[in-house]
Amino acid sequence: MSDAANTKRMKKAALGPYGNVGKVLGELDDRLGVAKGGRTFLDKIFPDHWSFMLGEIALYSFVVLLVTGVFLSLYFIPSQAMVTYNGNYLPLDGQRVTQAFASTVNMSFAVRGGLLMRQMHHWSCDIFIGAMVVHMARVFFTGAFRKPRELNWSIGATLLTLAIVNGFLGYSLPDDLVSGTGIRIAYSIILSVPVVGTYLGFLVFGGNFPGTVVIPRFFILHVLVVPALILGLVGAHMFLLVRQKHTQFPGEGRTEDNVVGSPMFPVFMAKTTGFLFVVGGVTALLGAFAQINPIWQFGPYDASRISYAVQPDWYMGFLDGALRIFPAWSFHSFGFTIPLEVTIPAVIFPGLVFGLAYAWPTLERLFTKDDAMHNLLDRPSNRPKRTAAGSAVLAMLFMMFVASSTDVLANFFHLPLNTVLWAMRILVLISPFVAYPVTYKICKELQAVHGGGKRKTTNVVTRTGEGEYLATPAPVYVDDRHDELEPTEVPKFIAADEPDVGESGVRTVER
Amino acid sequence: MSELHEHRTPVSLKGLSADDPHLAPAARNPQLVERVIALTFVAGTLLMLAFGWAYWINAMPWKLGATMGGGLTFYGIGLIAWAKYLMPKGPFVEERHTLANSDADRDAFAAAIVERGGGVVKRRKMLGGLLGGGLGIFGVVAMFPLIRSLGPLPKSTLFHTDWRSGSYAVDQSGRRIQVGDLAIGSIVTVFPEGTQDSERGQAVDQTVLIRISNQDFTTQKGRETWAPMGYVAYSKLCTHLGCPVGLYEQQLQLLVCPCHQSAFNVTNGAIPNFGPAPRPLPQLPLYIDSQGYIRAQRDYHTPVGPGFWERP
Repeated sequence: MSDAANTKRMKKAALGPYGNVGKVLGELDDRLGVAKGGRTFLDKIFPDHWSFMLGEIALYSFVVLLVTGVFLSLYFIPSQAMVTYNGNYLPLDGQRVTQAFASTVNMSFAVRGGLLMRQMHHWSCDIFIGAMVVHMARVFFTGAFRKPRELNWSIGATLLTLAIVNGFLGYSLPDDLVSGTGIRIAYSIILSVPVVGTYLGFLVFGGNFPGTVVIPRFFILHVLVVPALILGLVGAHMFLLVRQKHTQFPGEGRTEDNVVGSPMFPVFMAKTTGFLFVVGGVTALLGAFAQINPIWQFGPYDASRISYAVQPDWYMGFLDGALRIFPAWSFHSFGFTIPLEVTIPAVIFPGLVFGLAYAWPTLERLFTKDDAMHNLLDRPSNRPKRTAAGSAVLAMLFMMFVASSTDVLANFFHLPLNTVLWAMRILVLISPFVAYPVTYKICKELQAVHGGGKRKTTNVVTRTGEGEYLATPAPVYVDDRHDELEPTEVPKFIAADEPDVGESGVRTVER
Repeated sequence: MSELHEHRTPVSLKGLSADDPHLAPAARNPQLVERVIALTFVAGTLLMLAFGWAYWINAMPWKLGATMGGGLTFYGIGLIAWAKYLMPKGPFVEERHTLANSDADRDAFAAAIVERGGGVVKRRKMLGGLLGGGLGIFGVVAMFPLIRSLGPLPKSTLFHTDWRSGSYAVDQSGRRIQVGDLAIGSIVTVFPEGTQDSERGQAVDQTVLIRISNQDFTTQKGRETWAPMGYVAYSKLCTHLGCPVGLYEQQLQLLVCPCHQSAFNVTNGAIPNFGPAPRPLPQLPLYIDSQGYIRAQRDYHTPVGPGFWERP
């Protein structure tokens, strides 16, 4: 063996058993003391269940939003100054439009990859909010919001609110005919707030609608203020998740005091990075094949023009539906007006829904008197009242979402608009009262089913040498060996022990 | 019997020997799975190269998205399969320690705030009061530049439009409307002359001018002179949420708002007969001057558009 090879090997040996990685980590540990915490972090256990992926989808579509959003911000000009459009979209050539609109059309047609980025940005917003809603439903129906995680539930509800607000702000930026109408409606909703509405509207819009500052203001809110809030709260959401550790479904070896699953490194890291790629990939495929928000077809915003079948993004649908079906109940008195036909469906109702979401963990604790820590999840059927209440709210919101298409439905089914309107009014009102008992009954039935919620196991059929067939049940899946799955009734009240009082009425105390 | 169903009790990662079955992959045939995953990575890389090529030749946007999205999806699927089938199957277990500290620790924490901090503040009540009061005043006065500067006060802005006594009604191109311009049953959006190009004109002053046959028309009390020769003008702002009432149903003589389907009867004072709009569209009093131009007698008698608190 040559001397050179020998020195190389000796050098390697001097590095220790873990080579250069060990050396770098050693240097890092000298300065930051990361070894112990780092190992704990890599060993962190994540429980496996498909429903725990929903929050990851939301997180990763937010990543896609940030990346595509930075790209768009390089080409978008947030200005309502009028310019003459001279670009390569010929139908609009020579038209007077705002710079916001012109730059959006330009980034779609004159910037390579710009249209794809715009469509990906819009699609990932719709996916982001959708994943958040489904994730929130999962957390609700499995009782993951219970003590000690109430704070994280509130952070999640705030994130959903901020995401909806930011979605609306971003949708408004291109200043096209449809989004401009949306801003007009938002302004009128602000005006409808009793007492201070007019002042609020003038402050937000810098004067009467439309003014000249609303696009620049919405822009800075959309790209800086609200995303910074979302980013900070996502950080807090993740921190609490790590600090309090993930919840898990009951199963073999799983208790309130442990976490069973896969380690952070490498299993969870690889899987979750895979999800990031799939979310990004699916968003890109949607951006490639499914057109979304073609503003050049809507045309620039002009306050005196409007297009037919004006509809917002899906997450604003319930609001639009509520505005459509609410009766014309304006309130005038003492020289003042409260436009109840706007205030109730567009201000009070969403306030109640989100207020209920924030209050639910507290309400449930008051109602059940359950003050214990919960790290094991509920099966929804084991908590029929909560599950029924959740589906009642979701049913009502869904019906309101459907109601945002009354005109399209009337056209499609060749029905008079009046019929559709009244049908939607009735459906919205009765849907929670139908959903609640039906869900409740289904939950009760599911509880009664033997082996409900468990996967069926196959029978393994073998043929003996004599030609006899034998069927033996295969062993149950590992996850289905449940020791703790039976519902534990939450005590409704604690009976106080009656003091031992004799006939004399005098309490005798034993010493 | 399937190995996938093999029963394993969760173990802790600490001190696990390298040949522990928990560290074995979940796949029954790891070589096969490895080959399939390799294929997805190859497909992903090929699509990424195609993406670069598509960008280079400035291909259609859908080709960019299809190649990039396909590539990312293949990578993701491969990576998930790698984690699921070739990485340690587990299950592993980790203790969950109570986050709550002992009562003594809690008391020490509370004592530091209440006794050390509280003691200092209590002994120097005047200083605390001065600082607190000063900061409170700052909080209030800081609101003024932060909020008050955002916009002007509403004053009477919402109560009037730019229609004046004698304003000519012009269309979007600025042409004055004359009495012979509209056939019965036709409609045009008009503005007071001079505002047709301004944002405020479009947003606030927009008015629909309809010519209807006189025998269809029901004149409202006090508005006998407002619609000469069947020319009737209403504010184009829906009284529900301010969308332009842009659909004219000629047969039914209805103005319909496409946003929330409020419908207004143009032959009868634009009273809403369907939908959530609570009030009729305000009517603009018109006259026809000696040269046959359509002009406004004066501004609208009520505020146009949606409801707001100060509206009488």
